[in-house]
Amino acid sequence: MASLSIRDVVKDYRAGLRVNRVIHGVSAEVADGEFIVIVGPSGCGKSTLLRMVAGLEEITGGQIAIGQRVVNDIEPAERDIAMVFQNYALYPHMSVFDNMAYGLKIARVPRDEIAVRVRRAASILEIEAFLDRKPGQLSGGQRQRVAMGRAIVREPQVFLFDEPLSNLDARLRAQTRIEIRKLHAELGVTSLFVTHDQVEAMTLAQRVIVMNAGLIEQIGTPEEIYRAPESTFVAGFIGAPPMNLMTVRGDGSSLSRAGCEWSLSGSVPRAGDLIMGVRPEHARLDDRGWPMQVELVELLGAERLIHGRLADAPFIVRTDARLAAPSAGQIVGLDIAPESLHWFDPTSQKRIPA
Amino acid sequence: MVERRPVMTLVAHLVLIFGVLLVSFPLYVTLVASTQTSEQIVQQAPMSLLPGSNLIDTYRAALFGGQTASGSRISPVAPMLKVSFICAMVIALGKISISMLSAFAFVYFRFPGRTLCFWMVFITLMLPVEVRIGSTYRVVAGLGLLNTYAGLTVPLIASATATFLFRQFFLTVPDELTEASRIDGAGPIRFFIDVLLPLSATSIAALFVIQFIYGWNQYLWPLLFTTDESKYPIVMGIRRMLGGGDAGNEWNVVMATAILAMLPPALVVLLMQKWFVKGLVDAEK
Repeated sequence: MASLSIRDVVKDYRAGLRVNRVIHGVSAEVADGEFIVIVGPSGCGKSTLLRMVAGLEEITGGQIAIGQRVVNDIEPAERDIAMVFQNYALYPHMSVFDNMAYGLKIARVPRDEIAVRVRRAASILEIEAFLDRKPGQLSGGQRQRVAMGRAIVREPQVFLFDEPLSNLDARLRAQTRIEIRKLHAELGVTSLFVTHDQVEAMTLAQRVIVMNAGLIEQIGTPEEIYRAPESTFVAGFIGAPPMNLMTVRGDGSSLSRAGCEWSLSGSVPRAGDLIMGVRPEHARLDDRGWPMQVELVELLGAERLIHGRLADAPFIVRTDARLAAPSAGQIVGLDIAPESLHWFDPTSQKRIPA
Repeated sequence: MVERRPVMTLVAHLVLIFGVLLVSFPLYVTLVASTQTSEQIVQQAPMSLLPGSNLIDTYRAALFGGQTASGSRISPVAPMLKVSFICAMVIALGKISISMLSAFAFVYFRFPGRTLCFWMVFITLMLPVEVRIGSTYRVVAGLGLLNTYAGLTVPLIASATATFLFRQFFLTVPDELTEASRIDGAGPIRFFIDVLLPLSATSIAALFVIQFIYGWNQYLWPLLFTTDESKYPIVMGIRRMLGGGDAGNEWNVVMATAILAMLPPALVVLLMQKWFVKGLVDAEK
């Protein structure tokens, strides 16, 4: 096991004479044995970053070190990593056993040891019964396990996961998520996990890296990222439904927007234009509160999402399903605790510390 | 789709049966003629469509040579079969290996002039042997390869079609497979042997069938190229048996030779067909 450090990494793609920069200088330190999830929308450069760690993409600038060794110019096979691909990338003509053993065979590991390692990995993943089958005869979930098994038998310093759960159905995904966590607890291998799914990020990660447009927006524990998003992007990306964001004009202890004015029992961090953020679960229906026009009500079982407009800005409130539901067109009052408000600077889009 | 139209089914079957008869009749005539003696064929006009009793003698004469009733010599077909078989095998296997390797280079390696090279290979599709036969002859003769197996096969081995087919197939192999094998530590050659080759089994089988028949049926090139009877392929042999008028030919032997010439390609098709259907079912990318 080893730490992983990414220092000022830059990636350019060349298309003829045009240079297209997809990663603009990214730095992160991953501690030994840590489980890190990189999350971001598609095209944010998260997979490219992972592939640079794996050695499948060249590093245009900066350094990547695994342990204390800079790996920029080292072949993927010699970086001591293992990767799980989104579509599993199992060799279709080889049995499950051979799929898992292939890397070890090339590394000239003795035959008996290969058998021992493959069987051990298979028993951890409960795929011993399929060792003689071909990948084509397995279900999606089983293939996913084989792909993980292929990574485990290598006993690498770092595990790399490239959206490994995307091809599974929702139930299996939730189940596999839990298994990956258990596996990490058991093996304790440094892991880098790329996903676009924030639920995976929140549930799997010890620390999350949120990326957007080739830059890191925030690095922190899932809790930190949820409680105190560093930017409007993180605020809007993490959480389902996302944080409500609206531009308001602040003045002492009151706010105004689109002709509405609200007084605030706490204080507004500063005068002038601000972006105010409210988590949907932090607004409570209360007739004395800020008036919101209801547009749509969604029932999700345990809770209810109320979509509406607050001072002409879209706003979502999450309430307990046992409370009476407002109907579309109705005006409801919102009570928002001042300490649960988030403030962002409208020009830099960064968080304004309370 | 469920269809219950007996009249249409009947008509369709009649048309199909007529087609089968139309195609197989000449084959049948050839077969029957090879079981009769040459006198029987020539004396009764039209010849009898019932099998004669001379099957074994005719084939023995065709395969190992002999004397005709009129005293002329029949050259044996067995060595010609051997020449044809060797040539067809070398051409088919050579085409497959060369074009697989060049497709591998085109798809998996980035080198200066890659596109240019690919188009140059592609353009040779417009220059089959028949077009470049004069210059090819000069080159091969200059290399001293006249009347050799090398001369019979090498000029026919380069194949743009097969290169193109393999290229298209390699492009459908997911990139992740390449990347997974890179992480597993497989170099290009190992990847080629351990991953690409087994995955291409179906394409190889299909191409082998096509190229074997192509090699077997070569006529013009050996005709121009070989002067030594020991290097005559069987297709040329048939032609050489047809001498002057009807009476001068040992028709039964000619027909037996034709049947013998048809058998190996037919066998290749039948045997490989089984094989590549299996490949089609098993292969999953």
